[in-house]
This record gives sequence, C-alpha cells and structure tokens, in this order.
Amino acid sequence: MIYLAPLVFLFFFQFAAAADIPPVNVPDTMAERVKACITCHGPEDKKGRDVYYPRIAGKPEGYLFNQLRNFRDGRRHYQPMAWLLKGLPDQYLQDMAAYFASLKQIFPPPEPMSSASANIELARKLISQGDPAREIPACVECHGKDLMGTAPFIPGLLGLPRIYIIAQFGSWQNGGVMRGQTSDCMSEIAKQLTAEEANVIATWLAAQPVSEALLKQEHSAALSEKMARRCSSIVMPSPELR
Amino acid sequence: MKRSVITAAVVGLSLAAFLVSIGFSPVSEKPAVAKPEDNIVEQQVQQARGAYLAHIGNCMACHTGQSGQPYAGGHILETFIGTFITPNITPDQETGIGLWNEEDFWRALHEGKGRNGDLLYPAFPYTEYTKITREDSNAIFAYLQSLPPIQRQNPPSQIHFPFNFRPLIYIWRAFYFEQGIYQPEAGKSDEWNRGAYLVQGLGHCNACHTTRNPLGASQGEILGGGQLMGSNWYAPSLTSLQEASTSDWPIHEIVQLLTVGLSSRAITTGPMAAVVSQSLQHLSKDDARAMAVYLQSLPKTAPHSRGIAPELTEEVDRQLQHGHKIYKTHCQDCHGSFGQGAPGAYPALAGNRSVTLASPINVIRSILYGGYAPVTASNPRPYGMPPFAHILNDEEIALVLSYIRNAWGNRGSIITSVQVDRSRKGAQ
Repeated sequence: MIYLAPLVFLFFFQFAAAADIPPVNVPDTMAERVKACITCHGPEDKKGRDVYYPRIAGKPEGYLFNQLRNFRDGRRHYQPMAWLLKGLPDQYLQDMAAYFASLKQIFPPPEPMSSASANIELARKLISQGDPAREIPACVECHGKDLMGTAPFIPGLLGLPRIYIIAQFGSWQNGGVMRGQTSDCMSEIAKQLTAEEANVIATWLAAQPVSEALLKQEHSAALSEKMARRCSSIVMPSPELR
Repeated sequence: MKRSVITAAVVGLSLAAFLVSIGFSPVSEKPAVAKPEDNIVEQQVQQARGAYLAHIGNCMACHTGQSGQPYAGGHILETFIGTFITPNITPDQETGIGLWNEEDFWRALHEGKGRNGDLLYPAFPYTEYTKITREDSNAIFAYLQSLPPIQRQNPPSQIHFPFNFRPLIYIWRAFYFEQGIYQPEAGKSDEWNRGAYLVQGLGHCNACHTTRNPLGASQGEILGGGQLMGSNWYAPSLTSLQEASTSDWPIHEIVQLLTVGLSSRAITTGPMAAVVSQSLQHLSKDDARAMAVYLQSLPKTAPHSRGIAPELTEEVDRQLQHGHKIYKTHCQDCHGSFGQGAPGAYPALAGNRSVTLASPINVIRSILYGGYAPVTASNPRPYGMPPFAHILNDEEIALVLSYIRNAWGNRGSIITSVQVDRSRKGAQ
C-alpha cells in the first residue's frame, strides 16, 4: 500500500496535466493512415538493414491489392508484412492499394549494361517472343508491348532495379512469392528459366530508360483470354468485395 | 418476468442487428421440410440467435484456418502441450459435424466430451463453455447446422508425450474442471448477471486473461492476467489498477473499448484487437453494457507482477536522455511531445498502463512489428503503428521504451536490450 500511494498520485497528476495539452493533430487522410507503410516503402526503392523494400507508389492498384492480400493470408511469405496487415479486411487493403496506385512514381535512372551482345539478344528474344517449346510466354504478352504493365493487375517491368528483379525470380523459383497459390503462372515461368536467362532479362530490363512519353500513355490493354486463364490467381476477385 | 423480457429484447435486437449487419438471409439455407410455417419461423429465429451467440463466443476465430473457409477448421494453436489443429464444425457429414445432434453438441460444450465420448483437450475452452445454458447451446448448434457444409479434412493435432495419453485428462478434469451452467448471483442486477454470464462463459475471457499452470490449467486470480500460451503476448489482468482493471472507468468508455477497440484511455492490440473486430464489435448494446458493468465491478487485486522503477541516478538519467532523443525522431510526430497522443488515432503514452506494465512484451512487440487498431463498423479505416524492427536496434528500442516508461509521470522498470532481443526471437 505504501508503494501504491505515490503511483496513484502520479496517475492523477498526469491526467490533470494531460488535460491542458492539446492532442496531436491527425489529418483524416489515407496518407496519414498509411504512415505504417512508408517507413519502409518510400517514393523510391530502399535497401534496409537486411532486406530490400521496393517502392510501391504508382504500381497498379489490382497488383498492390493482390500482394496485400497474399501477405496477410500467408500466400506470399514475409512475416513482418503478415503481422502488420493481420485482421485488416479486403476493403481497407483495397483503399490502401488505390492510394499507393494514385501516387506519382519516381523511376531510378537506367542501370549500365555490360552484358555481351549475345546476352542482349537472348534477353530481347525471351522478352518479345518467349520460348514456346518450354511454355515460356513473351513478357510483353502480359506486361504490355511497352513493358509498362497492364491495368489493373500486371505491374510494369521498367524502372525496377536489377537486383529486385533477380530476387523476384529467385522467390518465384523457390515458391517464396506465391506459396500454395493455384495456377501461379509466374512461378511456373520462372522455374523454366535458367539462372543465366533470369540474369540477362533482369539486366536488360533494368537498363531501359523510362521516358516521360511512356509514362503518359494509357496502359489499359486487356490481358489476353489465354493468359488470363493461365494466370487466374492474379485476376482472382475478392470474395468480400464482389 | 423481467429476465424473460430482457432475454426477448436481446433476442430481438440481436436478430435485427444480425440481419442488418451481416446481410444474412435466413431463407433458403434449410431444405423446406414439410413443417408448419411458424415452426420454420421459430427455427430461423433460433438460427439467427445462434449466429449472434457464435459471434460473441468467437467460434470462428479458432475454427477457421488461415485464409480458409469460415468454420471449416484448420487453425493451428501452438502450445507446450502440442500443436492443436482445430476441427471443421460445418455440417459436412464426413469431415465436419453433420452427423452430430443437439445432445452431442451440448455434451461437447458442457461436459468437454466428443461425439464418441472421448475427453476433449481443454484447448477447446469447455472449462468456460460449461457455463452456457442449454438454450444457447442449442441455438449455436442450429446456426452451425444451417451453414453450407464444407468438406475439409484437417490433419490431426500433434500432442506431445505424455499429454497424448488421453486418460490423463480424467485426472486433469478432477482438479481443474467444474461442470455446471452459470448460476445467477442473488443480490446482483440482471444486467450484472448477464455480463458475468458472457464474460465467464461464452466470451471465455479467462482463457487468455489468466495465468496457465504447467498443466495448462488456469490458476491464480480469475482474470488476473497471464501470458498467452504459445505466443509472445501478455493478456493483462482485468482486476489490477496497474494493468487493465476498469473499476475507475465510466461504463461508456468500457463499452467503447470492447466494441470499437479504442477509447481515450486505451487501445486494443494483437490478439485482443482480433477479438474486437471478429467478435465484440457485434455485441448488442445491452450485452456490451452488461459486460462493461460486470468488468467494472470486478474486485481490485494486486498486479500480476510489479516492475521496479529505477532510481534516478546519473547513469539512468543519461539513458533516459538518450531515449528521449530517439523518441523525438521516431515517435513524437504521432504520440506528441508530452505523450498526449490523439484520441481515436494514436494512443496517449502518458498514463498508458500498457506501456508501464511490469511485463513489457506487448509494448516491445508493438514497437518491433507495429500494427493497426481493430477494424470495426464504426472505425473501418483505423490508423496504424509502423514496425521499427528494421529501423531501430535492440539497444535503441530498450532506450526509447525506458524513456517512455519514465516520462510524463509514467513510472516503470528500465528495459534492457536482452529483453528486446528475446522478444524478437520469441515472436509468434
């Protein structure tokens, strides 16, 4: 009891003091609500102490929404994201996705390309034609002729750092990106690629400049029916939002 | 008489609330058996009531696997006794409880026995559910039977030796299980008794807010606080003024905390945030009030354990100064320079008992991994706390937390980097 007395006093004192202090001003905006995201996901890609945080600003809304759902539900495995999003319903994730999709994207300058010309040729061929014998579709088939993505689900491939693309390929190959998801097309495709092929594709993509003209174009070309079927998990609607 | 009026009102309200909020259409679920019409209406009323009760009991939380279908089971409960994998309780005949009848269901809730008489492990909180009335049990059963059957065979639970020797449960039950429905206390109001019934029975608050002994049984004071089994969260005492007692709160603030998950004095996080958004936000007005009245009335007790605030030596002062610097850089924007916060968005840290708790695991966890307040109908887009696990190292988190625990009138023990490190490694 003797110990308790000063404690109780402190509590009362504190409440009395707090009453005079105006609360912190909190704007009623999405920007304020996603403060929990932007310590990692700034306007540009960021390298943290142990992991790499890609920019999410300006990426397609449906793509971001899918990733948020997959993180929350453990289909895409990254524990800190799962903890942060735990219990958030689809509607709120959709709001967050829409917010980040609406932000202007900032592209890093193109990375230098030191590959041999044979490699450049290989990358170009895989990107524009794929390899039908191994059921590898051309990148342009889904990600758009200009590789700037297909709204609303398919992200653009330009303006991404080389190491990020390589890491994504690696995760698809070992199932880290979309664990247990049916018809996980990118995983199937990545598994067909050799390490060398993945490397040259990443190098080539990262070396392409993103012009203002490309940015201003509309990227709403629809996914072909064949690819939409193959990648049905990507266009999966939310049962909550249907 | 009064009680039956209240019950009827509760049924009516909950039915209405349920029909509105969930958009449930009671028609079409059951095959139209040749029965008189009023019988069907009665059945629908019972199912709707059961749906309400199942929400309040939060059956879905445990009986739904990660990204699985509701009530189809497969949720994983890691405990030192073993890994429990919850069963499918949809009416599928093969993999669910489609072959069960009211009596079987009652035996499970009330006696803790499976359909074939097997003793159930108390991971299923029948130690609390035994207090549920037969009428409520039947209603929950009627609701579960009205769900679409989902075929999902969940893997069996993996119970460690020696706990996998089922007859041991007989002995366990002899010590720790008292069977019997809730008996209203004479001399207490109907409202209080309703609150006690919900808190002690269906709400099974004691399943988390109590210390478990090495045999997994609740021990010590009822609702006296304890660490959650198999997870790095501490469920604070609901009876200690240093923890989460609400004996000095106005009723409306307790109701707000229960149903919205935040009030000007506290904010729910982690497992409790999930309980609010999945379950308690659906409480009818009367039930929420009844729970609040009961919780407020709980006898005051000493805290679960008491931290020792440091003497303000020069060394401690230096640490706190350093912590203050980190606070200004990373925390002050939202929580304010006086720890005053912003009600409804960012909790005040001054006078916040969850930051001064003797057990710092919840607050360390909040700093490491961040999180959002619960999403509820009245707070659909809550504000969030960023994770700092990758921004601040253990030492820095210990310093800033020690500062917060000893600033603006707060008093709490100094946190060490070892404690933060343990939280990082033990997080689940």
